[in-house]
Amino acid sequence: MPARWSTLDIDMDVVNALLDEKFAGKKALRESNHKALLLGYQYAKEHFECPLPFRLEKMDANKDKILIDGNTATALGAIYAGCTVAAWYPITPATSVMDGFKGFCEQYRKDPETGKNNYLIIQAEDELAAIGMVLGASWNGARAFTSTAGPGLSLMNELLGFGYYAEIPAVIVDVQRVGPSTGMPTRTQQSDVMMAAYASHGDTRHILLFPANPNECFHFAVKAFDLAERFQTPVIMMSDLDIGMNDWVVPRLTWDDSYKPDRGRVLDAEDLEKKIGKFQRYNQEDENFVAARTLPGVSQKGAYFTRGSGHNKFGGYTEIPDEYQEVMDRLKKKHAAAAKFIPEPEYVPREGAKFGVIAMGGCDPAVREALDQLDRQGTPADYLRIRGFPFGDVVERFLAKHDFCFVVEQSRDAQLRSLLVLETAVSKEKLRSVLVYGGFPLSSRHVVQGILSQI
Amino acid sequence: MPSIAKPIATHPTLQRNALGLTIRDYEGSMSTLCAGCGHDSITAAIIRALWELDTQPHMVAKLSGIGCSSKTPTYFLSGAHGFNSAHGRMPAIVTGAAAADRDLLYIGVSGDGDSLSIGLGQMCHAIRRNIRMAYILENNGVYGLTKGQFSASSDIGSKSKRGEPNRMAPIDPVRLALSLGATFIARSFSGDKEQLVPILKAAFAHRGFALVDVVSPCVTFNDHEGSTKSYKHTRKNTLRATQADWVPPQSEILAQISKSGTTSVTMHDGSVVNFSAVPKDYDPTDRRKVAAYLDDQPANAVVTGLLYIDPNAPDMHELGQSSPTPLRDLAYEKLCPGSAELDRMQEEFR
Repeated sequence: MPARWSTLDIDMDVVNALLDEKFAGKKALRESNHKALLLGYQYAKEHFECPLPFRLEKMDANKDKILIDGNTATALGAIYAGCTVAAWYPITPATSVMDGFKGFCEQYRKDPETGKNNYLIIQAEDELAAIGMVLGASWNGARAFTSTAGPGLSLMNELLGFGYYAEIPAVIVDVQRVGPSTGMPTRTQQSDVMMAAYASHGDTRHILLFPANPNECFHFAVKAFDLAERFQTPVIMMSDLDIGMNDWVVPRLTWDDSYKPDRGRVLDAEDLEKKIGKFQRYNQEDENFVAARTLPGVSQKGAYFTRGSGHNKFGGYTEIPDEYQEVMDRLKKKHAAAAKFIPEPEYVPREGAKFGVIAMGGCDPAVREALDQLDRQGTPADYLRIRGFPFGDVVERFLAKHDFCFVVEQSRDAQLRSLLVLETAVSKEKLRSVLVYGGFPLSSRHVVQGILSQI
Repeated sequence: MPSIAKPIATHPTLQRNALGLTIRDYEGSMSTLCAGCGHDSITAAIIRALWELDTQPHMVAKLSGIGCSSKTPTYFLSGAHGFNSAHGRMPAIVTGAAAADRDLLYIGVSGDGDSLSIGLGQMCHAIRRNIRMAYILENNGVYGLTKGQFSASSDIGSKSKRGEPNRMAPIDPVRLALSLGATFIARSFSGDKEQLVPILKAAFAHRGFALVDVVSPCVTFNDHEGSTKSYKHTRKNTLRATQADWVPPQSEILAQISKSGTTSVTMHDGSVVNFSAVPKDYDPTDRRKVAAYLDDQPANAVVTGLLYIDPNAPDMHELGQSSPTPLRDLAYEKLCPGSAELDRMQEEFR
């Protein structure tokens, strides 16, 4: 090793500092290693041509960057969002989200005045209970979240449908891994997308976020809470094992201290005082098709019954078709209205582009590298990185603009492509797939080969 | 039943509690359950208990699962928020709700189907966490809403309406709770209001998970000859183990109790549960003695009363050392570390 360092002309002070760090508590090892370092260095200088034609140079190109994994960043986002209740069940690769959240809570949420914890983390007995606890806490006015992986999300389907229909906020982080079933718990995939979009029986649709790296995990986690409470519905942040468990170099996280949590439409005691007549939970929706809710423990005037069974806009039980449909139709419009609040796609056009390439999440770096390569080879393409669902105008325009697009993703059944076919005006013949779903992170050569083989 | 609307006017001489509210102010909608259903008696007992306790209606949250018994939260306390969840999932919802706001009174209503089959796991874990709630299990040994299947509390030999005997061993929620470490365990009978109302008051005062298993006959599907959860069978085989009365804090009666030497247990809020009838060698605060007593009773005895109580066990919030201010009421400024701290802490990620 030391020989190589002298031939690379490395800064010896840096190497010595690293040795001191590594063997901090072990004097004997430190000294013997320093001696070995010096001997090797001197030997190389005497016996080889130093330095070699290539070498290392000290620089600080990562000045504004940090090295962090997605799960830790997600947890930090939950802290900054003001989340106070977390419920979870251990599962690879999501467990470290809660480990992170717990650590940050211990650091930041011990009240200096009371000495008590300004949070509660509940290790549930399973994911069925975890999502129930999140819904109960959110219903009662706290920001709450859970983190899980595909198998856990499968279990949560039932109450996700409840949350959708009864209109209760919930934040779920899905750190996707290889499925189906137990699958490969330590490998990455993007194969929960269809289930997450439509979780539960009946007609349902959920808001999804697709962060591409740990920096977005932090910011999108905060966004998830705002969206969940603004739209009174479950929001699922679709991370994956590659983003969640690996350390990525990302731009430093920034925070705007003027941020105020969006708690959505909640009638408080003062609003209720002015109210005449019985509170009607699902009536008088705003321009986003969201009706105001009330919290328990505030006023009798706000009391209403939350139910997963058929209800009308007054919040009463119903079996009358028109009354039932009136609420269901508003829910569909409410979900669509969320498109304006979702992070916009990232659009990277290229001059002379003949087709489009669409991707989401952790595919981003490999796709960018592939598109650079294709451009150099004379095949430029426009790139659209989708960052959430429902899809908005930007997605529709991108699809309309190109004769055909490649959807690059990590699932056998092309789940993002499927969602685009179902949820946009695109005709499916325009969408070609590049699928890499064996469990390893995406490599640019797969993308280049996949695209070139289909044009 | 649903065709009869409740009268709007309140009789002027109707008694008022300390809040100036009559018992009518604690009612809900008209019940749509079968005439004679035990659940309606339990609802009446809940209403009476809350009225006598001077409970503020909006400070209660009433939750349930799915089933006939789960319909009942609509029938009491219309001034409180209600939550009718999915089958067997009420305990998790209550856990989350209680986590968000520790100050409300949580009443969970469930049945033997909701609690002992699909909801068995969640009920057990809510007990372990000692969530502060009153868990009222309206037990009729049958799935009423889906028309008559056996439930997990059906006794061996108990016959369905068609005459089929059940052959599988029953789950006894009282014995189960005892072994899980539940801190308040009671059984009563929907037809015994005198016993049930004080038990409910004590359950509402208890600072932890209070299980109240109430035998509540289903007149339509399980009240026939051969059923062990019928009115007839229950009345015949009831064994009142204890009679407990709940005494409010700072009342004159407290002084009398301490003199009379009966078994009494002081609750966390200063109220007292006073046992006026307790069998020899029975200590309602000793888990093993209670288990031994239950073992000793005849096989088909329906043992009723406030059977076990531990007023001092820490609840979920005590165990979690959580903020005395409800978590949902904490100001955002207390929860967000701010931009300066974000800048500083990121140095550790370089």
